[in-house]
Formats: sequence, structure tokens, C-alpha cells
Amino acid sequence: MYVVGALSFMGGLGIILASVLAVANRKLHVAEDPRIDEVEEMLPKTNCGACGSPGCRAFAEACVGGEKNPAQCTVSPPEMAVFIADYLGVELGNEEKKVARLACAGGKHVARMRAAYSGMESCRAAVVTGGGGKACAWGCLGLGDCEVSCDFDAIVMDRQGLPVVIEDKCVACNDCVEACPLDLFSLQPVSHKLWVACKSLAEGDEALADCEVACTGCARCAADAPAGLITMKNNLAVIDYSKNALATKLPIQRCPTGAIVWLEDGHADKGAAAKKIIRKEPLPIQPDTN
Amino acid sequence: MVLFNPSHWFRDTFSHGVHPEENKRFTARKPIQRLPFAPELVLHLSQHAGAPSKPIVHPGQEVSRGEPIAEAGGFVSVPLHAPATGIVKGIELRPTAKGPRTSSIILETYPGDSQELRYYESRDVDSMTTKEIIQAVQDTGLVGLGGAAFPTHVKLAPPEGHKVHTILINGCECEPFLTTDHRIMIEQADDLIAGSKIVMKALGAERVIIGTEDNKLDAVEVLKSKLPADSPIEVKAVKTKYPQGAEKMLAKALLNIEIPSGNYPSSVGLGVFNVSSTAQLGALLPVSGGVIERVVTVTGPGIEKPGNYMVPIGTPIRFILEQLGFNGNAQCLVMGGPMMGSSVSSLDVPITKGCGGLLVLTESILSDQLDQITYPCISCGHCLEACPMHLNPCQLGKLAYKHRYQEMEADFHLNDCFECGCCSFVCPSSIPLVQYFRIAKSSNREQAMRERAKAS
Repeated sequence: MYVVGALSFMGGLGIILASVLAVANRKLHVAEDPRIDEVEEMLPKTNCGACGSPGCRAFAEACVGGEKNPAQCTVSPPEMAVFIADYLGVELGNEEKKVARLACAGGKHVARMRAAYSGMESCRAAVVTGGGGKACAWGCLGLGDCEVSCDFDAIVMDRQGLPVVIEDKCVACNDCVEACPLDLFSLQPVSHKLWVACKSLAEGDEALADCEVACTGCARCAADAPAGLITMKNNLAVIDYSKNALATKLPIQRCPTGAIVWLEDGHADKGAAAKKIIRKEPLPIQPDTN
Repeated sequence: MVLFNPSHWFRDTFSHGVHPEENKRFTARKPIQRLPFAPELVLHLSQHAGAPSKPIVHPGQEVSRGEPIAEAGGFVSVPLHAPATGIVKGIELRPTAKGPRTSSIILETYPGDSQELRYYESRDVDSMTTKEIIQAVQDTGLVGLGGAAFPTHVKLAPPEGHKVHTILINGCECEPFLTTDHRIMIEQADDLIAGSKIVMKALGAERVIIGTEDNKLDAVEVLKSKLPADSPIEVKAVKTKYPQGAEKMLAKALLNIEIPSGNYPSSVGLGVFNVSSTAQLGALLPVSGGVIERVVTVTGPGIEKPGNYMVPIGTPIRFILEQLGFNGNAQCLVMGGPMMGSSVSSLDVPITKGCGGLLVLTESILSDQLDQITYPCISCGHCLEACPMHLNPCQLGKLAYKHRYQEMEADFHLNDCFECGCCSFVCPSSIPLVQYFRIAKSSNREQAMRERAKAS
């Protein structure tokens, strides 16, 4: 008797609650475009944020809503972007590929160390400990915070302790830009081929004493470049990329240190006048002398 | 005499904290001596908390010792004064103890000059109003000489609605090795008392407590002998423990008052000032002078003549080391104390207003440290018992290891940590906890800045 009572009570309760759910499902139904799910399936699902959306789902919603173009996902292969654009019947969009670039070329073999840093293997840790051991206060510390932050294995540290960006793998997700405590990384369209690989604001001889490939602020590149393309600011050459169309290989030719380079096909070309560096081994630690 | 006084066994203190080896014996009995003037002085324009100073000299200008060379860049900022008679060589970027270069006034001292202080003007402090005193304190360029370098005059103008009744003069100097405050309390007791009275007047407080630790009882005796019985200034020694010199710990130890998280001491009616700052205040205000020198303890096994030295602001540490016998064997230079100071990567870094110690460590001491292996956290809870802020360094460390910095701030009060280093000091797994927290804080700061930039 008890069994029958219990079963019928629980069964009845089940039927009532199920009918509540059934009604709620009808009344509170949110119509969602089924294409959002489809597009999300086609996206790489890395949730890297390179497109500016907080994740792939949000990007899919934005694509379906027409706020973003499929090409803005730099991680998807181009064919997939075309496929999504066809599927949605929207503009593919014209997004130029961007890559992360490092504004420093001072590896261990050319940049002087004034103190040895020993401690946590992290650039940020070194920065909060007296700024690390590098003589140049602006230069790459080479402890690899950017390498750790990169989810796409696009950054590898070379033997001179400088991060090398593999352009094919870089999706311009901004992670390394945020990870670098010295703000050396920036995202640049690949068409920006003229590049100043230095951030030192020190004066000529002082900069040179710290690093053999520093920008000494000699202004030769600015003199050789078309008017307004390169300007000198605080002992550093600054390129105005709004005039990028005027850029040629000419301004790099007379650079005495090779701080200004021409980047093409993953290779940095230095000018003819740049001092040749054949040293491979790190420079010894040498405290400041003056 | 001390051993058999039972009242000394039950001195007040705060809860938690650690007892690092003191190592003050090398310099505690050495009177303050003067160092010669370095041929070139480097004066950072931002050696205090707040806006940088604005230079009012031009290259090639001759300046007299004590003359203002930079003006305050706002209310939370202070002027700079020439620490020596000489000529301004230029305004250049020079390395700081923290690493990045900052714009600094380079002063070449005249080697033949008598370096007499000609730049002063006597005035009667007693007849000055509170407002005049605050302006006068800003004009001296005085900042917290204990290390934080927060402008003193800002502390004399507490926020609206805060009424300060008690002033704590902080003479704890809980950092190992350092003895500057100890010597100042003994040798500049009159200035200290005069400064205390000025601070009391400016804030309208009822009493002053000079708080120190019971390893400096000779200073307590000197100060007590100078104070009449009915004086509103009281001298009190608390039990020696690190980090008693933190203002929150000191308030707890002396008065059993807790300063709430994220609040100034003035919110509970307290004003906390450092002994060195107060003594300089007492000495400078009546003659309208400026901060041009400070006492620095130069010590450690790597230095031949350890001691307490009166060093002109801007003296490069290379010069100090050359003067005091630097055997070149030193492996690590620390500015400030060993617990909270930061190691310096360049010998061209000058002494700033906030630097009270220069510690020269040799290889033999450091090798133990460098060989230490970091083991995983075993959740022993030693750090919880050490943390004077009653935080959970163990949990914070685990989150920091996973880069969950925002969570540390939101749920585990990361910003209450004042980086005293007790947790790292006691950790049996030698986890660099305080370093993790510094990284987390710097990362959070950058994140907040990015978000602000995005919003605007």
C-alpha cells in the first residue's frame, strides 16, 4: 500500500513539474539564429581574442549580426574565412595580416650586461628587481615571458636570448604585447617593412656603449627617407606608418649600427653601412664605467 | 639592568611577524660621520611618491648649497634643493634603483668650495599658522625618509573629516642591518623633539608617542632625559619584531588600534611620521632650509668601513663604495634593508631621499641563497602565521603560480600586502612568495591602466 502511495505521489509530482517545464519551454523560448552554432563550429575555438571579441562564440555572433567580417579572424586559414563568408552570404572583408614585432635587437652577443640577474626566470620578476641586469634600460631582458604567453608557439627564444616571431604562426592575438613588461612588442601589419628595432632613448655614445645595435639617433635614416616618413624623437628614429607607401630600402643603407631594418620574408635586412657582427658568444658582465 | 626588569618581558607588540637576525651590531654604536662631496651629484626629478619635480635651473647655471633647483609639480610633490655648491651640467636620463632611467639634474660640485650653507633664513615657527606650516614643509622638500618617500606635508593635511589626536613617531627601524633611525634618535634628539612639536601643532594633536623597539633602549634613555615629566611627548619601547616599522603594525603595537584596510592612519585619528623625517623637519623648518642630505647606514660584509654616514642626496653609490673601502668582492648591492630593499644593477644609481641603507653582500652569504631550490608548497601554513596583515600567502602564491592575478586581488586582498617579505622568509620550500606578489601587483596595475586607456 505504501509502495503504491509513494509511486503515485512521486509520479504525480513528476508529471506536474514536467508540464511546468514544457510550458516554460514554449513561452520563454529564445529564438537563436542556428547559423551562430554553425559558424562557431567553423572557427578555430582558440578564444585568443585577436579579433577584438572576447571569444570565438562572440565573434560568431558578431559575424552573423554583420558587425564583423569573417576575415577578421586571423587564426582561421583564409579558405575557412572564405567558406564562412559564403555560408553567411556576407562580405569577406579585407583584413591585413598583422604580426607581433619586437623593438629590440640587442641579444646577449651585442648588448652589455652590467649585473648578473639570478632569480625567477621571468622578465617581469627581473623588472621589479632593479630592472634586471641589462645595461640598456629599454632592452629585451630575454627571460621569455612572451614565449610562455604565446598559445600558438609562434615565439621562440634564440641562442642570443631574443624572442623570434614565426610570422606564419603568429595570429596577432596581443598576448605577447601584454606580457612584455618593457612594452617592446607591438602588432604591425606585414606591409610595414621598414622597422626600427630599438627603443633606447639614450644619447649616441651612451646608447652605443650599452648595445652595439642601438639606434644612436644620428638621423641619417631620417635624412635619406622621403620627407616626413622618419622623424627623430628623443634620440630615436620614429617611422610614421601613415606614409608607409613611401617606404623603400634606401633609409636603412647608411645606418651605422643596423638598428633600422627592412623586414621581408621573415628576414631582417640591414643596410650596407651597418657594422658587421660576427661574435656569437655572449658579452661578459661588465659593471658601468665612467 | 634590562634583564631583571619583568616589565620588559611583557612589552607590547603586534601579532604575527618574524625575527630575522638583526646584524645591527656592526653600526649601532658608530656615530654619524660626514662623507666628502662626490664630484658629480645626480638628482632624480622623481625621487618621491607623486608628481615629478619641475627643474628651475638651466645647464651651466651656478647653484649654491641649499638653493632650490626644482619646484614641486603639484600638491603631492616636493621641490629639490642643491646638495652642494656647483654648476648644473645638464638634465639627463640617469639610471634609478628600480631600473628605468629617469630625468635627473646633474650637478658638478666645486671641489674648492667651502660648501658652507649660505642659503637659509631664520623664522619663528611658533607664530606660524597651520597653513603656513604645511606650505613651509612642502618648501623643504621633505618626504618620508623611512623608505616610502611620501611627501610629508600631504600627511600634515589629512582628508576632510579626519581628526588626528595622536602622532606616532616611528623609530622602530625593524629592518636588519639598518641603524640610521637609531643614531638619529641619539644624536639628533633635540631636532626630533622640535620636529615632533611642529607636527603636533600642525595637526592639532594632543600627544606624541615616539615608538621604538627594545633593542634601542639607549636611544629611549637619551630621549627620556630630554623630555620633562609633563611633556605631551612620550617615548615607548615595544618588543623587537619585524615588520614593526610598518605604520599599521606600529599602531597596533603601541595603541592596540587597527587601521582599516585601504585607509590612511588619519581615519582612526593617527598620524605616523618617521624619526629621520621628523628630525629633519625640526632642523630645517626654523631656518627655511631644504633636504640636501640624509643619514645612510652603509654596512654588510663587503664593506671595509661600515657605519652611519651623512650623505648628500644624489651621491652615486660608486663614490660611497670607493670612499668606504669596496674590495670588489661584493656580489649584491641592496638599497634599503635586506627584507624590503631592492638590489641595484648599476653603480651609477644615486642616493635618493628615500634610501636609508646601502647593504653590500658578498658571495659567501649569497651562495646559500642562490643554491636554494624552490620546492612545491606543502601547505604547512608557516606563512599564514608570519603574515602581519593576516593574509593567506600560501593561497596567494598558488594563484600567482597560475597567473590568476585578478582573483588574488578580488578574493584574497592582494593589495593589503605591503611586501614585507615575512612569508618568503619563513617558507621552508623557499618559494619566492613576495616576488610573486610584486609581479601580480605590477601585472594588475598594467591591466588596470590598459582598461582605463580603453575606456577613455
